[in-house]
Amino acid sequence: MTAATSTQKIRVVVAKPGLDGHDRGAKIIARALRDAGMEVIYTGLHQTPEQIVETVVQEDADAVGLSILSGAHMTLVPKIVDLLRAQGIDDVVVTVGGTIPADDIPQLKELGVAAVFTPGAPTQEIIDFLVSAVGEREPR
Amino acid sequence: MAQTPAGDDSPEQQWREAFEAAPQRDVSFTTLSGTPVEPLYTEADLPENADEQIGLPGQYPFTRGVYPSMYRGRLWTMRQFAGFGSAEETNERFHYLLDHGQTGLSTAFDMPSLMGHDSDSPLSLGEVGREGVAVDTVEDMTTLYKGIDLGEVSVSMTINAPAAIMLAYYVVAAEREGVPPQQLAGTIQADILKEYIAQKEWCFPIDPAMRIMGDMIEWCSQQMPRWHPVSISGYHIREAGSTAAQELAFTLKDGLTYVEEAVERGLDVDDFAPRLSFFFNAQIDFFEEIAKYRAARRIWARELKETFGAKNPKSWLMRFHTQTAGVSLTAQQPLNNVVRTAIEALAGVLGGTQSLHTNSYDEALALPTEDAVRLALRTQQIIADETGVASTIDPLGGSYFVEALTDKIEAEVYEYFKKIDELGGMVAAVKANYPQREIADASYELQQEIDSGRRVVVGVNAYTEGDEEQTALHRSDPAMERGQVDRLNAVRARRDGAAVEASLVKLREAAAQEGANLMPLLLDCTRTDASEGEIVQALQDVFGKYTESPVF
Repeated sequence: MTAATSTQKIRVVVAKPGLDGHDRGAKIIARALRDAGMEVIYTGLHQTPEQIVETVVQEDADAVGLSILSGAHMTLVPKIVDLLRAQGIDDVVVTVGGTIPADDIPQLKELGVAAVFTPGAPTQEIIDFLVSAVGEREPR
Repeated sequence: MAQTPAGDDSPEQQWREAFEAAPQRDVSFTTLSGTPVEPLYTEADLPENADEQIGLPGQYPFTRGVYPSMYRGRLWTMRQFAGFGSAEETNERFHYLLDHGQTGLSTAFDMPSLMGHDSDSPLSLGEVGREGVAVDTVEDMTTLYKGIDLGEVSVSMTINAPAAIMLAYYVVAAEREGVPPQQLAGTIQADILKEYIAQKEWCFPIDPAMRIMGDMIEWCSQQMPRWHPVSISGYHIREAGSTAAQELAFTLKDGLTYVEEAVERGLDVDDFAPRLSFFFNAQIDFFEEIAKYRAARRIWARELKETFGAKNPKSWLMRFHTQTAGVSLTAQQPLNNVVRTAIEALAGVLGGTQSLHTNSYDEALALPTEDAVRLALRTQQIIADETGVASTIDPLGGSYFVEALTDKIEAEVYEYFKKIDELGGMVAAVKANYPQREIADASYELQQEIDSGRRVVVGVNAYTEGDEEQTALHRSDPAMERGQVDRLNAVRARRDGAAVEASLVKLREAAAQEGANLMPLLLDCTRTDASEGEIVQALQDVFGKYTESPVF
């Protein structure tokens, strides 16, 4: 394992875009990532896409996990991805978690979302994914 | 089973020896909440004053049910929660449900409405009508219940932070149909403390939010004798990952806090306590849930009678609505959810619920389809009319296990009460993130149990089938949001803007004034067609907003 793939070095923003207050999953993921040795910044609830992108920039994050259970993912995710691009950010691993119907997943991936985790996804799978996805990026 | 002395050759001891000699499954025998469960319970597990603790239905302390006749007299109300898209679409679903034998209405609002934003706010983008119905003005409220006799049908509204505003809309909508507030029957959730604890849909900081809620309860106690002005809710606390005992402890403490506040306002406890109602979760651990409801009734009766000195026996009664656990539903093998929901619903019934919502099997990923909703309602009808469980009152009363579990949960609740009191009461505890942290810990532990396979979730970490076809999902109409914004703009165009502004100015003045009841002013704002977002904004000008410091 190189330094770049060490979980200690991974900085991840766990974010709750939109109005839904379902933060059980986001908090479990935040804690599991932290317990796995990552540096976790949890934005808290009801964040606008602008606020999330600002956090990603300020925290110099390697990855951002968007937790959405309101059904608004097809509005919020494209907006966040666009704002990241507008900031010239293309090496942050974007993942989405929540109640995402299977039909929407290909479209999200086309936008540049690296992975979508739906209900029942084990936390270890998410940890493993982040370690490998962040490790595979071009060195910064 | 309680231990018997060594050397004893009683039947109990013989059983224990035989049991211990037999092979046992290598799993952890704990409830969903992590409480260890004994292999057997006997009379020795009952408390000494069991007769007093268990009692009879309709008699203090109401362990066996709040009414002497329970379902022999009248079945529980089958009340399916519904709301999506526009007021017009939801109104159609309401008529559909009433036509299929549902006996009460339950309204789900969309996220912008729950958070006090108008549909045209930039914050509402993508969320209008998505998880519930969009209501911006009294006109939407009128459309929502069109063709339904509000003097007859009881209506429940699941809204909290802006509850006083939605109640004002409802009262004015009914007023325009010629139905006075005195005739309106139903419930508004309006349980603000659990928003900060679990559901996280807020508009104002905690203290002013408590005041608005108190204003509404006070107004209702004078104007709406058939209305339940608050539904003290554990449902969301449980969904957020609490244990059964935490659900009960935090919910009951929230309720006791509301009683305290109302008494401090000078209300007589017997003037409003009979109108308080509760809302609990029905999780999948069957006996634990039944015990939870029984413990809940007993604790509430004792606290109202002993602590608050309520004299009217109706003040002691905990009446509650139950909803099966949304979090127990799995996206994998969704038809399994039909079975989960049936078992959870049965627990609610055996626990003596007054009304019940059964979730639809397709809800892990989207709002339910019409077919799935009908199946959920049929599940209740099968329990009510085919299984025979409604023929006998509290059929599990006296069960060694159920009674022991009831006592155990009750004791755990009092432990929590003690900790909360040490923190200075529930409002202080919530500000200190205490319940939030307890819930986060419990939900994390449960997730670890599931991830490690120590707790089986069928179709998720056991008996999996790989890639599966997804069932047909409810899809929101993308044009809906635009339509709702157009309706709001039409109301804005035709109303008297100066009258709206004047009503909002008066509302701000009253908000800044301690002791003024805001309900009459909210009714005035409603009559001018002020929008929800405008009213919330006016109040936020005075009260400010709330920001959470999250714990995880």
